[in-house]
Formats: sequence, C-alpha cells, structure tokens
Amino acid sequence: MSAQQPGVFAQARQTVGVGLHLLRCVLPAPPVVAASRAMPKGAVWQQLWAVGNGSLVFLVLTQAFLGAIFTLQAGFQAQRILGDTSLVGPQSLPLLVRLIGPTLTGLMLATRVGTGIAAEIGSMVVTEQVDALRLCGADPIAYLLKSRLWACLVMVPLLTLVGIAAAFGAGMLTAQLVFDTPPAMYARFEAVGLVDLLEGELKAVLFGLAIPVISGAAGFSAHGGSEGVGEATTRAVVNASLAVIVLDFTVGGLVFLVAR
Amino acid sequence: MSGLVARLGAWTLGVCAQVGGLALFAGAVAKAPFGGGFDTHEAWRALYRVGVRSLPIVAVTALFAGAITVLQVGAYVVKLRAYEVVGWGFGFSLFREIGPLLIGLMFSGRVGANNTAELATMVVTEQVDALRALAIEPVAHLAVPRVLAMFTMMSALYMVGCACALGGGMLTAAGLIGVDFAVFWNSFAEYVLLSDFINGWVKCSAFGLLVGVLSCAFGFDARGGAAGVGRAVNACVVASALGIFVLDHFITVLWR
Repeated sequence: MSAQQPGVFAQARQTVGVGLHLLRCVLPAPPVVAASRAMPKGAVWQQLWAVGNGSLVFLVLTQAFLGAIFTLQAGFQAQRILGDTSLVGPQSLPLLVRLIGPTLTGLMLATRVGTGIAAEIGSMVVTEQVDALRLCGADPIAYLLKSRLWACLVMVPLLTLVGIAAAFGAGMLTAQLVFDTPPAMYARFEAVGLVDLLEGELKAVLFGLAIPVISGAAGFSAHGGSEGVGEATTRAVVNASLAVIVLDFTVGGLVFLVAR
Repeated sequence: MSGLVARLGAWTLGVCAQVGGLALFAGAVAKAPFGGGFDTHEAWRALYRVGVRSLPIVAVTALFAGAITVLQVGAYVVKLRAYEVVGWGFGFSLFREIGPLLIGLMFSGRVGANNTAELATMVVTEQVDALRALAIEPVAHLAVPRVLAMFTMMSALYMVGCACALGGGMLTAAGLIGVDFAVFWNSFAEYVLLSDFINGWVKCSAFGLLVGVLSCAFGFDARGGAAGVGRAVNACVVASALGIFVLDHFITVLWR
C-alpha cells in the first residue's frame, strides 16, 4: 500500500545533504554558478506572505487556547495549594516566553508550513517539474527552497512573538474571568528576564532553519505519483516536529547549564 | 470595506460548511457499524499499523518531553532549593497537559497524516469509486476500522508514553539537576494522583478519536491528483492540531 520508505539514516543523510547544498547556495559564488542558483524575482516576498500571513489565524487560535489551558491548570493548582492566584502570572510568564510559546509555535509551524513545503515540492517532483527546472540549467534546491528558507528564518521568530502575545492575552483574560485576578496582577513583565526572551528567540531561529530544510528534503525525495507525495508530506511533519522537540531540549539544557 | 465584510462572510460560511461536513461525517462513522459490513480483518490490520508504526515516534517524543519538563521544573527547583518536589511538578504537568498534548500532536503527524495520504491516494486514483461500484460502503469498510484503531491505540500509547517520559525525566533529573532516582520517585509516588493520570488518559483517547475522524474526513475529501493529496494532508494536520487544542481546553474546563 505505502511507497518504499527510506530508513532513518538515509533520511538524515538526505536532510543533511539538502541543508549543506542550501548553505552553498546562500554563500557568495562566481557569476556563472550564481546565475544557476538564482531564485525567481519576488519569491522571497511571496513566501514571506505565504508563511507569515498564511499561518497567522491558525497560530493565534491555537496559541490562545494554549494560553487559556496553561493559566487554568496553573490557577487550579495555585488555588488548591497556595489559596490565591496572584502568583500565576509572574510564575508562568517566563515559562511561556522560554519554553511553551516557542515550542508550540514551532510545532504548529512544522505542521502548517512544513507540510505545505513538502506537498508543493513533492508534487512538483512527481509531476517532473523539478526535472524540467534542472533541464533549464536551474538549481532546483536554490530555485525552490532558498526563498522558503529566508521566509522561515524571518517569519518564525516573528510569529513566535505573535504566538506568545496571543497566549499571554488569552491567559490574562482567563485569569480575569475564571479566577478574578486583575490584569495588573497577571501582567508582571518584570518577571521575564532577558535570558528567557533570548532563549525563546534562539529556539525560534533554529526552528526557522530546521523546518524548511527538513520538509524540503522530504519533498525532494518524493517518488511515485500521488502516493509518494502523501508519504513525503507525512515524513516532513514527523521529522520537523521531532527536530523541534530535540532542538528544544538541546537549547534548554545548554541554557540551564550556562545560566543557572 | 464591503470587500472586507464579504471576505469575512465567505470565510465564516466556509468554516461553517467545513465543521458541518465534519459533523455529518462523524455521524456517518458512528452509524456505519450498525448497518453491517464491519470488516474484522481490516480492523486488525489497522490496529497493527496504527500501533506499531507510531510506537517509536511516540516513545522518542515522550522521552524528550519528560526531559524538557524536568529541565523547566528544575529551574524553579534549583532557585527555591526544593529538590523534593521535582517528581510532583514533573508528574503533574506531564500526565495532565504536556504528555497528552505532545503525544497527540505527534500522533496526528505520524498516523493522521499517513492515513489521510493513503485515503486521499485511493480517492484520486478512483479506488474508492471502485469499492462503491462493488457495493462496498467506503465509510464502513475504510473509515470505521481506522477510527476505532486510532482510538484504541492512543489509549494504549499514552501508557507507553508515560513510562518513557518517566524514564527521560528521571535520567535528566539525575544527570543535570542532581536529584537521585529515589528522591525523584518518592515525590512522584507520593504527590501525583491517580486522577492526574486518568485525566491525561481520557484526553489522549479523545485526541485519538478526533484525529481518526478528521484524518478520514480530509482523506475522503481529496480532489485533483498528486497536488490534491498534498493539500489534503496539509489541511488534515492543521485541523487536527487546532481540534486538539480546542478539545484540550474544554476537557480542562469541564474536569479540573
């Protein structure tokens, strides 16, 4: 039923290969090589629009629900153990900025943007449009993936801030409506240190790098008709989500060891 | 201005049509087994594929989720020197919230997306029409076993996930924060309630049902060749993620 699926090591090798190739495309090159590695005019703007605007509603909705859930859980515990909920805001804000905001935004964008990239590139591969590009002397990875890489690098950190803001707003509303904690008591921004913000944004930049490379590699390795496109899309969302979680742990562990 | 209103209206109508279609599909899935035509063989096959295929990814995700949770709880614990509550903070937040959420999202990516891709391929290559021509009802034959398998296997995978997360959490607590296994286990066993575990278990099973219904519905809705399959998978994972968050919120509100 399913197309032949490459093993874990083959997938990792493909992904690293695409990543290295993309790195070479971004670096300066002699004019002849650079011409073959050009991207279409306006592609970056188009991708910025697609990544940023296309994910905005979805991201704000999911993060708002997340913020509400998070505040509810913290509030119920605080009520049970401490008897008041005044500490919920200042205690949960750093966690939101450092961990929950970036991670869940990264996972949501791995699903929304990653599957989009894999589906688009995968269907171009199986309908031989990528071979046509190669025939025209264009480098398909540069032509298709470079603009998406720039768009993700710019948009993922920005969308992470939007996601944190949405979760924070919903949390503040929940605190007011469910626990009668006024916004002034919930919104204690001085609880968030610069290290928390930098840790969150560092994660976001790494996710912005990982998502297009991993899902692009999955898309380019698609083969065999519509079945192959489905297989590639699945692989993109699984690998990209896993990368988000592993990067999250790695950055979190390093920051914990350095900054504690 | 009127353009904006028109677009907002079109968007609202689109969302309503989508949600209504999904509800009708869920009704059809719930009704199908009673009309006969439940395929036991297909159900066993679906159970095997859903469970075995997603086991490694759920185990790895849970291992890292446990490690991340301990790391974040650890930041507070080190600051307040309250080493004996690590197990409680870990168990509570992991069982109730982080575990079901992350396992649900990974499951929707691995199994849900795969299922949509498979069904969408069958639709665009007209295999589903062929089934219908042979008087085999596609919903009863294809959708019901898959939804059932995802529901059952999510309940089982939650237990496996919790065990892996506990392992990852204990290793991180011992390695990075310096809390030994015994201290960690004591606070875990003492303060984490059975109701925390059951709450997460119910959430996880509900997510399984949701992902099952959504992934089948989006698979059957696919149109237009290879690109259509990709679009169906994309729509499915987006809707599943949104559905998981909304469902999680309502379960949290209704059951503290």
